[in-house]
Amino acid sequence: MKHIVIIGGGIAGIETASVLTDAGHWVTVIEKEAQVGGKLNNWSYLFPDFTPADKIKSVLQEKCNEKDFSILHQTEVSSIHRKNGKFNIETSEEQQLEADAIVVATGYELFDARRKEEYGYKIYDHVITSADLEQLLLPNGNLTVAAGENPKRIAFVHCVGSRDEKSGNHYCSKVCCITGVKQAIELRKRLPEAEIYCFYMDLRMYGKHFEELYREAQEKYDIQFIRGRLSEASEKIDKSLLIKAEDTLSGRPLKMNVDLLVLLIGMEAGKGTASAAASCGIGCEDSGFLKTADSFLNSNFSEQEGIFLAGSCTAPMTVNDTILHARSAAQEVNNWLLRK
Amino acid sequence: MKDFGYTVIKQRTIDYDLFDGRLLNEVLELEPSFKVCLSCGGCTATCSTNDLVSFNVRRMNLLLRRGETVELESEIKKCMLCGKCMLVCPRGINIRNVIMLIKKSIPKYKTVTL
Repeated sequence: MKHIVIIGGGIAGIETASVLTDAGHWVTVIEKEAQVGGKLNNWSYLFPDFTPADKIKSVLQEKCNEKDFSILHQTEVSSIHRKNGKFNIETSEEQQLEADAIVVATGYELFDARRKEEYGYKIYDHVITSADLEQLLLPNGNLTVAAGENPKRIAFVHCVGSRDEKSGNHYCSKVCCITGVKQAIELRKRLPEAEIYCFYMDLRMYGKHFEELYREAQEKYDIQFIRGRLSEASEKIDKSLLIKAEDTLSGRPLKMNVDLLVLLIGMEAGKGTASAAASCGIGCEDSGFLKTADSFLNSNFSEQEGIFLAGSCTAPMTVNDTILHARSAAQEVNNWLLRK
Repeated sequence: MKDFGYTVIKQRTIDYDLFDGRLLNEVLELEPSFKVCLSCGGCTATCSTNDLVSFNVRRMNLLLRRGETVELESEIKKCMLCGKCMLVCPRGINIRNVIMLIKKSIPKYKTVTL
């Protein structure tokens, strides 16, 4: 029986583990947190159809319960060495594992919005990130701002930490445009009286049902879209925020007072990714995400034979794409082990 | 067909066939960072000249790329070279140098583009 070690117990890791177990392999997942599911655990509803994230989480959890693969919780990989055609893996809990193949499914980290100091996250009271808002969108979430009132005017800022030289991230995080549209609609449902604006540079509605949701946001939910990047935000004495942008389509500078500012933060490669990758001889892209052998036919292969890649450790990815990428990773591992 | 409405209204149309790209090319060659402007308007939003007079620094890019040299020359005089726009620019463009290069080179080309 072949042993496959999967690093990361998020969506990609669990999905890969599940498929490989079904294919008759012995699978061990190494997960640094106490629970599986990764970043999905911080999300309430998923675009583009508002599926509760719990629904996907519980399916992942069921797979963990029912299928015969083991998970090492609160454990990280300390080192990986190749020996006699196998991998020797040492963990932070001082376990030694021998594997025939490795799947890296370490995911991403959210951009730390404090790095865009000009938007005032953690400086001003009512500047929050899309991840913070996600918690507030749960039925018991408290949306009130200063003086315990509901916000009357809310602005979303697209591309925070993405497509931005100043953040060091040139790439597009892919998921924030549609997240903004989804969250704007959810806010509208909760706050029928509020004015809701999205400040964007480009709206990238590439996925299935994305464009339709954008249209719905305009048509049914009265979300206003303004093409311009915020230069800065400043807090007024009543804790509302004065924001500045150019309304580029009318060619004039714009200022606006809002009660709540939501920063749509992007995805970044995990902090330890570069050094971890280098230690086992696999490369990183300029973006910091792990390098795949090519972009078309070998997107689950790393540059090292026997080390496979699944999910958003390779690039920003939606939940859907992550599931598909994980399943294809499992298939590639299986084929590779049969050929070996 | 000739009555179908293909008349080109000179005053309203950007005539690319008459476009003289020499000023643009010179600026891009000396300040290549200017190639990547995505017209987000962050520069204009934060512009300190804008607090005083109407000035749109983002439009300098468009005026240059459309050969609108006359307007470019008069507009660009408003810039105070404070460089605040460069703090905001998500593409890291050296905007101050772009302005300086345009100012320096524009007399060479303006008679031709007119």
